[in-house]
Amino acid sequence: MKRVFPILAVLTALLLGYAFYQAMWVAPTDALQGDVYRIIYYHVPSAWTAFLLFFINFIASVQYLANAKPSTKRAAKWIVIAIGVVGAVVPFIPQVQQQLPTGMYPSSVATTFLIIAGLYFLVGRYFPGQSLDVLAVTTAEVGVVFCTIVLITGPIWARPVWGIWWAPGDIRLTSTLVLWLIYVSYLVLRRFSDSAQTQKLAAVLAVFGALDVPLVYFSIWFFRTQHPQPVIGGGGSMDPRMLHVLLISWMAFLCFAFLVCWSRYGLEKLRREVEEAEALESLLEPADPSERTSKGRVPLSRGPQ
Amino acid sequence: MNSASSLKFLYAAYIATWTIHVLYIGSLVRRYSRLRQRKKELDRARSR
Repeated sequence: MKRVFPILAVLTALLLGYAFYQAMWVAPTDALQGDVYRIIYYHVPSAWTAFLLFFINFIASVQYLANAKPSTKRAAKWIVIAIGVVGAVVPFIPQVQQQLPTGMYPSSVATTFLIIAGLYFLVGRYFPGQSLDVLAVTTAEVGVVFCTIVLITGPIWARPVWGIWWAPGDIRLTSTLVLWLIYVSYLVLRRFSDSAQTQKLAAVLAVFGALDVPLVYFSIWFFRTQHPQPVIGGGGSMDPRMLHVLLISWMAFLCFAFLVCWSRYGLEKLRREVEEAEALESLLEPADPSERTSKGRVPLSRGPQ
Repeated sequence: MNSASSLKFLYAAYIATWTIHVLYIGSLVRRYSRLRQRKKELDRARSR
């Protein structure tokens, strides 16, 4: 696997370069905003990537909590199957279809629910036991990085277009800031809590924090906001050439996020290995310092966190 | 809208994005090297 990483890194760099070229020179200029609209090619893919990472964090956290007992694990499995089936069928009922906002297709809602259920089982299969917690911390940290980019590029884009850096009270902007704060507090909790319950507490926080993701995403569908309508569906419209470049850019950022997550995942595994080795070392270390010298054991300094 | 002044914002957004990514990758590399060093220390101590 270590040999694959450099190859993927080179391919991702090429894809990012290609996406940059497309965004700067191939995508047509917007008639109203001019060239500044090209911020969309970094702002929107970063937001979608952050949402995806927070969603994976949510799934990993739910599984981590559910796996505590075999009965809850079984119950969670059946609940997810039920959500998948109901979510795939209900959007096609005519009464429900009428309630969907303009541009939200029943097929896309059904597909989303099936992907959610599929992802749940995929994560459970490939990340057993403590790996779920490692995955959760990885996706939360990388998600915060992408969410930070959204919160910085958004105001930079808003200033020339809206004439203001931030629209106070705008639900999309405020809920995104709240989402960022929730995940920052999640990381702070993990970093500074010494309790044996930290992993469980963090998982609970992640489950509740993830509830903000749909609020952020759907806020522009259901509320009148300063923020523009969604670029795909939801009454928004976009030139197909612009959409094409946006999807290329998202693919590039997804590949990049995957590689960063891979590195962060390895780092977290290594950190836990070191922690375990340190714990073992402290158990083996004799209490009497003179005995320690006679056995030639070297006292170890406190390691990195 | 003045094209030159709007380009300033475009470049600022792109530079900010890559600065954040580079800083984060830098922090990952730093943490990796610290942990590897620590692991080496532990392995050496255990082998004695």
